[in-house]
Amino acid sequence: MSEEQIKSLEADFDARIARDEKIEPKDWMPEKYRKTHIRQISQHAHSEIVGMLPEGNWITRAPSLRRKVALLAKVQDEAGHGLYLYSACETLGVSRDELYEQLHSGKAKYSSIFNYPTLTWADMGAIGWLVDGAAIINQVPLCSTSFGPYARAMVRVCKEESFHQRQGFEIMYKLCNGTPEQKEMAQDALNRWWWPSLMMLGPTDAESVHTEQSMKWKLKRKTNDELRQQFIDQTVPQADILGLKIPDTDLKWNEETGHYNFGEIQWDEFWQVVKGHGPCNKERLNARKGAWEKGAWVRDAAMAYAEKQSNKKIEKVV
Amino acid sequence: MKKNWPLWEVFVRSKNGLEHRHFGSLHAADEAMALENARDVYTRRNEGVSIWVVESRHITASNPENNGELFEPAQDKVYRHPTFYDLPDDVKHM
Ligand SMILES: [Fe+2]
Ligand SMILES: [Fe+2]
Repeated sequence: MSEEQIKSLEADFDARIARDEKIEPKDWMPEKYRKTHIRQISQHAHSEIVGMLPEGNWITRAPSLRRKVALLAKVQDEAGHGLYLYSACETLGVSRDELYEQLHSGKAKYSSIFNYPTLTWADMGAIGWLVDGAAIINQVPLCSTSFGPYARAMVRVCKEESFHQRQGFEIMYKLCNGTPEQKEMAQDALNRWWWPSLMMLGPTDAESVHTEQSMKWKLKRKTNDELRQQFIDQTVPQADILGLKIPDTDLKWNEETGHYNFGEIQWDEFWQVVKGHGPCNKERLNARKGAWEKGAWVRDAAMAYAEKQSNKKIEKVV
Repeated sequence: MKKNWPLWEVFVRSKNGLEHRHFGSLHAADEAMALENARDVYTRRNEGVSIWVVESRHITASNPENNGELFEPAQDKVYRHPTFYDLPDDVKHM
């Protein structure tokens, strides 16, 4: 194809997206669109998968059967989210194996938030409330993104997320209305998860390299800073209901803007974690690789069995 | 030699009276496992009463590049629609 032809195809393509038409896997698309989507959707899938690890840590130690079934169901949902997203990603012509390989080799990123440890039961509350809460804010706009399979996966994901956040908030609420020690545990969890949750919504707009193009393709509908502000504005009143104090001395309602002012985010910490130097980066990746490698014989056995069965069927026919 | 689990497409009937609808895809070693995985991945909240799985490689899909010759011929056949026909206003039940 000549450069001119590609230009005109690209113009048509952009116009379709601007008209709110969806792009489906077999449609022509610019190479950059394909690559950007593979990167974003796979990072998203990896985050769902690695995101199971910090919570999986507490399944066997949940304080009651009620909490245990809820946490199990939530973690199972996250596995489901990972699977919806991996298959959406595969429609762009990348194999599941390549995607896993990118995660396991450290080439692909996943959300920095999952590199923090879950030290107490209250962390299950804080994660559901804050981390899933921030994820919802990130994901709801993606339900109307331009790539059909991604948008459809996100619709399903968003339907399931609200239970995650509510079960987390309920854990916090119970702790906050329990003994002083329990309330202190909840406050400690909020202290540790608050800032990482704000960072989870991504670097500031000034530092975010992909924003403009992503806006055009509806991979982003609001900037990171807008999403962060939305998260803070809706979470502060929830903390008030819990009777917890958000660990930010600069946090203050601004009558003029109608938003909360907040303190400076330690972006050095964020970049350290992204680069692999967070408290649990190694542990998470090792757990993930270990699960994959130790499961290899099961996958091979299942495949061998399937082949044997289908050979038997063929023999019967012949 | 390593062989990967093939890809399957999953179709779910959400309740009797409705058709099976494409829900997504997944990997599984064989059809029995594909059904079980589909149950776990796509129907954790009573989303279905019946599941079909088919290996993705068995699906033949039309190419969007041929959409013109495939679908445009239907566009100028307005006489296939009831509104094409002129009837006097006082005709009832038609
Ligand atoms: Fe999720
Ligand atoms: Fe979640």
